[in-house]
Amino acid sequence: MELILFLVFAGIAVVAAINVVVQRHPISSAVSLIAVMGSLAVLYLLLGAEFIAAAQVIVYAGAIMVLFVFVIMLLNAGGETKAGRSFVASLLGVPVLVALLALLAFFTARIYPRDTEVHFGGFRGGTAQSVGRALFTTYLLPFEITSILILIAIVGAIVLARKELE
Amino acid sequence: MMGHVPLSWFLMLSAVLFSLGVAGFIFRRNIITMFMSIELILNAVNLTFITFAYQRQQVAGHLLAFFVMVVAAAEAAVGLAIILTVFKNRETLNIDDLDSMKN
Repeated sequence: MELILFLVFAGIAVVAAINVVVQRHPISSAVSLIAVMGSLAVLYLLLGAEFIAAAQVIVYAGAIMVLFVFVIMLLNAGGETKAGRSFVASLLGVPVLVALLALLAFFTARIYPRDTEVHFGGFRGGTAQSVGRALFTTYLLPFEITSILILIAIVGAIVLARKELE
Repeated sequence: MMGHVPLSWFLMLSAVLFSLGVAGFIFRRNIITMFMSIELILNAVNLTFITFAYQRQQVAGHLLAFFVMVVAAAEAAVGLAIILTVFKNRETLNIDDLDSMKN
């Protein structure tokens, strides 16, 4: 059951992530990115992170991607033109990427052998109650600093996007 | 046991998504697509945090993922405002054309 869920949604995530990178028009990339985020939310549920899965759907797939799609529609910039790349870049790009991936996978497999197995209910500490309790006791100071950060971001976004005053 | 998923598979998936995000950031020339690649990288990192929270049986990883999400939202708002301003002034989204700081 868990294996099937993982394989299906990990497959969707990887295919959609490849689509994000190879699509030429930004709106196709944005829709693929929403698919990645939705399937990652299912994987979070598999790992017992109920609250984060809900926040993933609401904040990422909802708010942030709507903002992206809105800006893409507003600018209406169209597809990307092919860039004239240097010979070295086109020759080395994909091999270097595969090397990075192989290195990450090698160390992951080396450090984390198959000792822990994930199953439903293996971790029950991800409810809104326990996350909220930790957020408002142990992590209260980072939480308050985050609110200041968001205030600054709001002010910054308004200052950047407003019309120039005479 | 049959049907259970090894924890390292989640980390592998995270590595794959991270590499794809890096590839998108390096290969693409559209500034919005590059920005979306950064969001993909942040999502891969979040998956790692949640996986380790499962392994350590601690909720702290969830809180880190939560803070990453909040910072990503703030970053998206400011970044897209910058992109709007750049497009208003320069009429292009191609990163190769935005080189006025070069000389």
